Amino acid sequence: MNALLRRIGAMTIDGLWRLGFMARFFFALLRYSGQSFRRLPLTIREIYFSGVLSLLIILVSGLFVGLVLGLQGYDILQRFGSSDALGIMVALSLLRELGPVVAGLLFASRAGSAVTAEIGLMKTTEQLQAMDMMAVNPIARVVAPRFWGGVISMPLLAAMFSAMGIFGGWLIGVVAIGVDDGAFWSQMRASVDFRYDIVNGTIKSFVFGVAVSLIAVFEGYDCQPTAEGVSRAITRTVVSSALVILALDFVLTSFMFRGL
Amino acid sequence: MTPASGNPLVRLNRVRFAYGEREILHDVDLTVHRGQVVAIMGGSGSGKTTLLRLIGGQLRADAGTVEVDGQDMGHLSVSALYALRRRMGMLFQFGALFTDMNVFDNVAFPLREHTALPAELIRDLVLMKLHAVGLRGAAALMPSELSGGMARRVALARAVALDPMLMLYDEPFAGLDPISLGTIGHLIRRLNDALGAASIMVTHDVQASLDLVDYVYFVSEGGIVAHGTPAEIRASDDPFVHQFVHAEADGPVPFHYPAPPLASLLDEVPT
Repeated sequence: MNALLRRIGAMTIDGLWRLGFMARFFFALLRYSGQSFRRLPLTIREIYFSGVLSLLIILVSGLFVGLVLGLQGYDILQRFGSSDALGIMVALSLLRELGPVVAGLLFASRAGSAVTAEIGLMKTTEQLQAMDMMAVNPIARVVAPRFWGGVISMPLLAAMFSAMGIFGGWLIGVVAIGVDDGAFWSQMRASVDFRYDIVNGTIKSFVFGVAVSLIAVFEGYDCQPTAEGVSRAITRTVVSSALVILALDFVLTSFMFRGL
Repeated sequence: MTPASGNPLVRLNRVRFAYGEREILHDVDLTVHRGQVVAIMGGSGSGKTTLLRLIGGQLRADAGTVEVDGQDMGHLSVSALYALRRRMGMLFQFGALFTDMNVFDNVAFPLREHTALPAELIRDLVLMKLHAVGLRGAAALMPSELSGGMARRVALARAVALDPMLMLYDEPFAGLDPISLGTIGHLIRRLNDALGAASIMVTHDVQASLDLVDYVYFVSEGGIVAHGTPAEIRASDDPFVHQFVHAEADGPVPFHYPAPPLASLLDEVPT
């Protein structure tokens, strides 16, 4: 029993220590972020690696999610004679929830893990140390551009995921099942509110982008400089990002969409 | 005892360093003068790499002073430390080349980061540095396309890109074939003399080092146990130096890691 309590205590202290270290790391990252914007090509390069190279998985996943939403949505709505509202259901599901959340999860597994692996391997092969010895701050030169590249990419990817999902819903609902095309689009346009639905969804994806990018760069920078250490860091990035996205989604939703 | 006259470029005075409770270095005194190539030798885990990191400002001493060019490394701000590091170069054990850049960009990296030189001039300087290490023809290659010895030479070209006053070498000969080893040793001496710099190398390789350095410090169990010129070291009858220079398995550096007697452990085995 004592051993169990000791272990729980040690894990709690370790967790708090890591959280504190992560907060300090985040402030250092913000402090040294100037270079990411003064030397824009560094950040644009990371937007390419994190954003552009994630496009395929995001677009394909968005299409399939939209197709499934079209099928399920039609099946439910036609029971109540509301199949014309399919456009609204697909759009709101994607813009408010599925777009930011699923794109965030995909972004964490595709780009987040890659960033962690890259920074972790740079640490393992002493590249970060070499940079530091050349009087170049690795947080400013390596970490910050990757962080901001992720933060900028994530809302754009979520928007493309949602757009592709709506297209998928239209394909199933209008082209395959025969829902009225005019009703599909007009009801969507009438019911989707720019500030309430689109802006809130974008805020969500931005917050997820900050969370996933921070976890990814931190885990890479903090990993044990061994093959096993990098592997563990990548796993932690994917698992922590998934949990943080889902937890943050609940918190943000409870503030944004209370329906009051 | 100082190995040469004049103001030293690097001076360590009664330096102590520990990781938590575990003491790594104690009472270390060491001086290095401009123009010198100095070797720090010792067994694995003796604290010699820690010594190099203290000189490079990657670690701070718990007691004593580490001075580089008259500046106390323990009291420098980050910006002052970086200003000093621009005048230092370091060669890491396996080169630590940036794997996402080719050879040319690796060598150009410090020039692009710290100078506002036009691209044409940077190109000329990089080619000159690569020429000095014999790899001008490899400028377009990626680090993954280089052998261990070539990677070390590119890293050396990168380390001297800004013409440093102090060069630090962490195991420069580790894992090299005899030809590459000779090439790197020759380059270390030649570049040091050409730059008028000082060089400190941490190494295990006794014979290669004694042929090229001006002075040697032996580190064991966290302290300097012997020092002298290569001729003095070769002639030394100090047991530690003798064991190290002649690669004897047992001596002052014991073969066995500290442990209770084997017999006492055998007694514990249940019958």
